[in-house]
Amino acid sequence: MPVTIVQKNKKAFKKTKVDPITLDVIESALRSARFEMDAVLFRTAMSPGIREQHDEFPMIANREGKMVVGQFGSFIYGFKEAYHGTIEEGDLFLTNDPYSCGGAISHLPDWLCLLPVYRNHRLVAYAAMFGHMTDIGGKVPGSLPTDAHQIYEEGIMIPPTKIYKGGKLQSDILELILHNCRLPHWNRADFNAIIAALRTAEKRILEICDRFGDDTFDSALAMMLDRNRRAMKHLITTNIPEGKKSYFEDYICDDGVGMGPYKIAATMWREGEKQIWDFTGTDPQSISSVNFYLNEEMFKMFVGVFMIMVFDPQILFNDGFYDLLEVRIPAGCLLKPMKPAALSCRTHALGRIFDIMGGLLGQGAPDFLNAAGFSDSPHFMYSGYDKNGEWYQLYQIGFGGIPGRPFGDGPDGHSLWPAFTNVPNEFLEAYFPLRIDVYESITDTGGPGLHRGGNGVSIGYRFLEPGEISVHDDRWLTYPWGVNGGLPGGRSTKKLVRRNGTEELLPSKCDHIKVDEGDILYFNTWGGGGWGDPFKRDAKLVAADVERGLVSREGARRYGVVLTADGAADQRATEELRARLTKERGDIKLFNFGGTIDELKARCKAETSFEPPKAPVFQKWHQVAARRLRAAE
Amino acid sequence: MPYRLGVDVGGTFTDLLLIDEKTGQTSMAKVPSTPADQSKGVLIGIERVCAAAGIDANEITHVMHGTTVATNAILVLGGAKVGLVTSKGYGQVLQIARSFVPGGLGGWIIYNKSIPLAPLELTIEADERMSAKGEVVRRLDEGDLVRKLEKLKKKGIESLTISLVNAYVNGENERKVRDVARRVLPDIPISISSEVIPEMQEYERTITTVANSYVAPVVRRYVRNLHGELSRKAKNVQLHILRSDGGLASVDASANYPVNLLMSGPAGGVAGAIWIAKQSGFKNLLTFDMGGTSTDVCLVQKGVAQLRRETTVGDVTVRASSVDVRSVGAGGGSIAHVPELTKALRVGPQSAGADPGPAAYGKGGEQPTVTDANMVIGVIPDVQRLGGEMPLDRKKSEVAVQKIADALGLPLMKAAQGIIDIVNENMFGALRLVSVQQGFDPRDFALVAFGGAGPMHANALGKLINSWPVIVPPSPGVLCAYGDATTRLRDEASQTFIRKFPDTTNGEVQKILERLQERAAKALDAENVPRKDQSSSYQIDIRYSGQGLVLTIDIADLKDFKKNGLETIAKKFDAIHTQMFTFALTLPHELVNLRAVVQGKAASVKAITVGKGSKDPKAAKIGSQKLYADGKIVNATVYDRKRLKAGNRVVGPAIVLEMDSTTLILPKHYGEVDRVGSILIRPLN
Repeated sequence: MPVTIVQKNKKAFKKTKVDPITLDVIESALRSARFEMDAVLFRTAMSPGIREQHDEFPMIANREGKMVVGQFGSFIYGFKEAYHGTIEEGDLFLTNDPYSCGGAISHLPDWLCLLPVYRNHRLVAYAAMFGHMTDIGGKVPGSLPTDAHQIYEEGIMIPPTKIYKGGKLQSDILELILHNCRLPHWNRADFNAIIAALRTAEKRILEICDRFGDDTFDSALAMMLDRNRRAMKHLITTNIPEGKKSYFEDYICDDGVGMGPYKIAATMWREGEKQIWDFTGTDPQSISSVNFYLNEEMFKMFVGVFMIMVFDPQILFNDGFYDLLEVRIPAGCLLKPMKPAALSCRTHALGRIFDIMGGLLGQGAPDFLNAAGFSDSPHFMYSGYDKNGEWYQLYQIGFGGIPGRPFGDGPDGHSLWPAFTNVPNEFLEAYFPLRIDVYESITDTGGPGLHRGGNGVSIGYRFLEPGEISVHDDRWLTYPWGVNGGLPGGRSTKKLVRRNGTEELLPSKCDHIKVDEGDILYFNTWGGGGWGDPFKRDAKLVAADVERGLVSREGARRYGVVLTADGAADQRATEELRARLTKERGDIKLFNFGGTIDELKARCKAETSFEPPKAPVFQKWHQVAARRLRAAE
Repeated sequence: MPYRLGVDVGGTFTDLLLIDEKTGQTSMAKVPSTPADQSKGVLIGIERVCAAAGIDANEITHVMHGTTVATNAILVLGGAKVGLVTSKGYGQVLQIARSFVPGGLGGWIIYNKSIPLAPLELTIEADERMSAKGEVVRRLDEGDLVRKLEKLKKKGIESLTISLVNAYVNGENERKVRDVARRVLPDIPISISSEVIPEMQEYERTITTVANSYVAPVVRRYVRNLHGELSRKAKNVQLHILRSDGGLASVDASANYPVNLLMSGPAGGVAGAIWIAKQSGFKNLLTFDMGGTSTDVCLVQKGVAQLRRETTVGDVTVRASSVDVRSVGAGGGSIAHVPELTKALRVGPQSAGADPGPAAYGKGGEQPTVTDANMVIGVIPDVQRLGGEMPLDRKKSEVAVQKIADALGLPLMKAAQGIIDIVNENMFGALRLVSVQQGFDPRDFALVAFGGAGPMHANALGKLINSWPVIVPPSPGVLCAYGDATTRLRDEASQTFIRKFPDTTNGEVQKILERLQERAAKALDAENVPRKDQSSSYQIDIRYSGQGLVLTIDIADLKDFKKNGLETIAKKFDAIHTQMFTFALTLPHELVNLRAVVQGKAASVKAITVGKGSKDPKAAKIGSQKLYADGKIVNATVYDRKRLKAGNRVVGPAIVLEMDSTTLILPKHYGEVDRVGSILIRPLN
């Protein structure tokens, strides 16, 4: 390991036996500390992305860097692998460079701060947190250029840097960084907020050590990790059949420069107690910015969390089970791009990973299988100078339909990301030159099923100042698939209505679209796939959905439900229609993708008004470089 | 002779406390609660307490009442069929809510969202629009609205909410919609968001106003019935309902803004704790109210409970001021379990409730609860009766807790102690949330414990959080009635006023505050509180421009505000921000809300005192009990609380019994009985 950890106190930790009660007490205390980190951050951060939408992730790890509480897995392994300096008491690290931390964070707007916690001059734990900054400079406001070919176009790059040294802020460095951002006061406040959250975690960790002793604390963390490992081992061996390989593939529709779709392929199987995920077959890295540097450890956490939620939500997750998973990602592919590949628009591939996991794990256990969800976080950006000559800049995350699940219907217009919330429209109208004309879910976009997928959302942004907008979304070509008989959800669209009444559809990914006062953008996200046979859904529920405007009368027929003139389910007509449709449909397949990629491309122009994306052209250099890398290994 | 009466309706008992306003002398009564119609129990209680005091009910001038009617309506979904009018394009404001899915990464897999309090089929959109600056950008289409309201009428709505975008800046369009609605639906209560809660954020404002509509009919019925019945017994009586924020509301205010009553019950408890602790000489408190299914905690500074501008009941969170009571799902009925996979010991949030209740109740409950763990380790002696009547079954508790012991591979006693330690840790988390997490040092606070299970866990909590003394007041039920009776009439008027400091002046802010003060004072005038008995205070909510949080700063005196009011406020804000978050910023400060609070005079109440005794409590000793403490069995002395006298010093391990609670004093601690009968527990050295 290149990093050197400096500790004045060389005394080794003594392994002590911790009784199960103390263990649980320490676990609860750490969990409270993690929630307190969130609370401090939300209250003091300033960018709407963090303070209103909660685009941030906290974590506490043991002294080896293994996450004991948090959600995205440890950010520390990658950092320790890639960083060549020392870790010393009083240090606090800042980085945003995925290539310098093994992808622990995956694009430059995510600023990761990392605090080694010392007690009596000995490293006892780490606290870490990253948050998405609204802007970090680069070629486009919001710093997420769809057409970037190299990471150097995407804003300032900060290698792992001691932003605090010996407990002192290196203000020269901070100022240098802020000088490169379009909204430095937001970055400064958000940075301060992250630091405040880390200091809070540090305080709590030290209190726990005071209470129980360093050795007990250290041993307890090890036991928490071990406890989780045992639980995961049980989950893996009981739920994943040995030897049988499952395969699944899904796509991101395009790369923002006219090519696509890009395939993400994964094969999963079990050998003994070990679960293996192999991404061989995934397309090579893109020439644009849709690459997603997927950290293997983070992916393990995704898998763990997903399995826990699906099979036994009582289990608390941490890094303890990492050696039970093996993740193979070929270098130079979309999920392990080589520097200097652009990374800013990785959100689509990141989101799609969850659909792939669901599709793979669910194949063996269809009862636990969820439909395709809102596997993305589409972005909307709007900036310019207002009438007073002041710069305004908005970055906003959109939401869509949660998929139909074994547990029930998917909520309409909700977030798949933990703790994320929408921005109140009154907040937008008060602070940005915008009026939100419409904020509603889109009828019939939820995939029909025994459990309906949630509807996507339509936001109608009326612009009150001339400016430029960016749109980043996906699933405009491929469908959010349905499962166990459920149908796919509706796809996304973006429509710009000019003040003079002319309409134009915008592509799913675009920057630098000029808008004028009075123009309206309808930002329509996609719905969740349906779960289970829609013909078996209680016709009364379908009638209620129609009355609520979530499904149309016409849409009810996709459930085989016929309504009377006053909106009630027509029992007899429904039975007849269902019998006929069931017969026509034939056998239910596990997945319903709404067509093959070739079929979707063939229908593309007619259905979306856009030409189908061209087949991706891949570069040679990184393939050669990747081969060299493999040979060296 | 004027009397005032405090009434607390609990799940089991209704407690009443009658105060002679001239002398401060008190009388008490306790009668069974009548859950189907709470007012019945109240009226029976009034007869009882008047008889006890030997007075005529006509002599009662003020009745102060904490009620859970509004809370229960939401918890059991027993509210009205609410119709909702939104702006065009916003009909799904409750359906989409804040898009938030609880439960962390992957939480969506198991999250099922409940149907909004005003469902979509009862929601209509008014064609109108207000801008963020408060200008009407689109006039209301009345004809269209009438047609839509007729449809709601056909659907039989019982209550109506009007919540339009940007109405927090200008409520003109909402009032227009209301005028139309009154014509179409003359007989149903209408709540409009610009009156209920004129604050930014359309979802929060809408859900708050809808919650108001949801509980309005049931609260209205209850309050008016009770008032009518009371008036028949006592001609000149004024009824006041305790609000969530600890103030009192008139009958009309309660009926119109019942969303402000959702925490009425807990607010009474906190007010009572404040009053009783004051009698013992303590004003900085952590209150700790542990019941059967949950525990409520609250921080009190200098005799004033912390407030927050949010109230949560069940899965509904509304914007309404309430005493900052935080609840955790940890109570005497919380169930302990050991998940198969992790072999970890978990306690709660599932609760055995009152029925079947803990195994010890012998009502068929077999799951091990916190109460059972307390039975096993001996905190609850055999002589104790549930609610003073029902015997408890130790054997059944042991059988239940043994399951945990087996699953963990621990001896029975250790497992029982483990359950108690875990539940204590959960409650400790809640206490930390209101103290250290807000920048308060718990060592500066006394811990006041009440509720059915509170006094059993209080000493251990004191140890964890280091708050001494731990105060265990006598008779937990009466505590709330004390709270109700001693509360002051209070009204507040507030206004959202978002301005960066450079964009306003001290004079402008002062003028607004004075106007707000006058508005609140008028409300008290209407309650016959003379101006000389009114006292006013002022608050400003501020933040750094661009921040989401607001911190509330009190203004001591408005007279000097003109000179350097805002400057002083800014300094105070920076100091608090640094204390809470380790940093201050150089960005401009921004005003968010201005508020004036006007209060009436506090009632003078004399506490009931216990007679003076010696240091030795042996006269109250009624036996001894084997207790598992600090990893071994010890002999705890058992005392009868009724017989304890002021000055008695009870050294732990000891157990003090009274009809509706059990106090545990741990080894190496002692409890001192004071003048009013509170037990003050402290470490021995």
